[in-house]
Amino acid sequence: MLRIDDYIPIVGQGVIDELRFLAERLKGRKIQNINSTAVGGGVAEILTRMIPLLRQIGVDAYWDVIKGNDRFFAITKKFHNALHGVDVEILSDEYDYFLEVNRHNAAEMRQWGDVVFVHDPQPIALVENKQNIGNKWAWRCHIDFTRPQSDIINFLNNYIERYDSAVFSAPAFSRDLAIPQLLICPSIDPLSDKNKGLAMDEINDVLETYGIDQDRPIVTQISRFDYLKDPIGVINVYQRVKRYVDCQLVLAGGGATDDPEGMQVLDEVKAAVASDPDIHVLFLPPASDVAINALQRASTVVLQKSLKEGFGLTVAEALWKGKPVIASAVGGIPLQIAHMYSGILTYSLEGTAYYLKQLLQEPEYACKLGTNGQEHIRNNFLITRHIRDYLLLFLSMYYEGDVIDS
Amino acid sequence: MTNPFYFKTRLHLVKLLTIKAKNPAELLYGIRVVPVSSIYYHTHRFLRQHHYLSPEPPNDFAFWLTNILYLRELGERFAGVDTVSYKKMEELRSAFIRILEDYLKRKESNAECADAYKFHFMSCITFVLPTPYVANNPSEFVEILDKVSIDSLYFHIFEARMRLERDENDFSAWLKSMGRIKTARAISNIDPYTITLEGLRRKIISIVSADAAD
Repeated sequence: MLRIDDYIPIVGQGVIDELRFLAERLKGRKIQNINSTAVGGGVAEILTRMIPLLRQIGVDAYWDVIKGNDRFFAITKKFHNALHGVDVEILSDEYDYFLEVNRHNAAEMRQWGDVVFVHDPQPIALVENKQNIGNKWAWRCHIDFTRPQSDIINFLNNYIERYDSAVFSAPAFSRDLAIPQLLICPSIDPLSDKNKGLAMDEINDVLETYGIDQDRPIVTQISRFDYLKDPIGVINVYQRVKRYVDCQLVLAGGGATDDPEGMQVLDEVKAAVASDPDIHVLFLPPASDVAINALQRASTVVLQKSLKEGFGLTVAEALWKGKPVIASAVGGIPLQIAHMYSGILTYSLEGTAYYLKQLLQEPEYACKLGTNGQEHIRNNFLITRHIRDYLLLFLSMYYEGDVIDS
Repeated sequence: MTNPFYFKTRLHLVKLLTIKAKNPAELLYGIRVVPVSSIYYHTHRFLRQHHYLSPEPPNDFAFWLTNILYLRELGERFAGVDTVSYKKMEELRSAFIRILEDYLKRKESNAECADAYKFHFMSCITFVLPTPYVANNPSEFVEILDKVSIDSLYFHIFEARMRLERDENDFSAWLKSMGRIKTARAISNIDPYTITLEGLRRKIISIVSADAAD
């Protein structure tokens, strides 16, 4: 089991002391998290790790999951797509059924928290009960909200504006709302399999398994096989650079085998690779976190050449390992990289190739970017900062004004 | 009579204001209408988030003008605003407004960015927290300053003066109250915006150590 004190060597005693101090201020208040799934997906992953840590520092935090059947989740999947801008029609009886399931869950709720912290749209209508039970309500949006369909956002706004606060992951996701909006970025866990320190032997074993040469530079992109991650563009970048620097390219990621588009992208990637033995296309099975960790740690430069991105936490993962990262300036990536200080932000294939060549030929500069990037992640994108922001959010709901002297 | 110095620290929760800019005219509008806490946030965020860098990136406005709109001269004028010389955030806001008005009067460019790269105005809720550390004299002060978090140093130097609008940084005020005028002035004379926070910590320790040794 994770222990909060295990983070002290990483973030320092002071940071953990601050968390305990804030937790003390929340004594006697129940913090209820509500989402729609106990396993799978980023929200469940972070709550699984965060709730025990919150409890260890003395916060009375707990987590409830709403229940829904296949019809409900088919409807919320349509919501999800519509929020991402996909043109889908949601029928009025589907909205009705969505509300019916939310109301049923509200009626079944065993205990409401002093702070009710609702994650994502699926349980959003539970807020209908706010007037009856009082308490503080915050809604946490984990998804990209930049270009939602107007019908769905109009429907959701009826509920979002009943909350006391809304929380978004990136400034671009914020909306014109009548309630306070807060920015809380997602985080990575430095002690998870994907990010924990690895012995050289473990890293070498992974390289050997996949036939990657340890003596030549390794350029890596970790992402699922998806057009929006532009894997063909990454191959093009590599080919432009390969003329000058004898490097290898690793394209590694997972994906659902029943996702027809993912398999199509994988086939196109394999075709683009042709017979170049220095391009390693790795379709990784689930539970490959340690392998991904090793590939990132073995890399000379990490790319994230996405065309569109939610937050893009693979960037934080690579920076945390002290790697120089070249990434597209999309989604939440500009929050993670200050261009030329803690990494490189690019806008084109040509720019990515130019900077990749530069970093491969200027290892000292690349190293400085990696070092700065790692410190940036340590200060701003680890789970301890995420916990701190949540504690501040809960506290802020009990105070007025912009300066709180506690 | 003892006159202890209580070390405090601070934490920020970032607020999204939903005011955006895609060109210098919209930036001017935003700078005019946002709460003063937003001007504070955008001129000090980099100091804390990138405190390990030397030199630190300039304020958010300068960074955006230079790296997104590619208005290098305008960006440089924003970066060159001598933040330390302003006692009130409203004065700093006026300085930025003057630069933009002057620029727009001359209509030097039609630079505009795509939606994805707009400047998003934000502000912050500041939580001031106590720490267990109390100094009763310069020697204890030096010992504690060496180990407090960077947030505590940040709070007493930047936050106290620019966010809480006290006349001077807390360290100088305390030293002055003990009659150590020369040391207080030496700390006030440091430009904390052009040095890393760790560098600043070392510099203050060196100044106060010399005083404690007297």
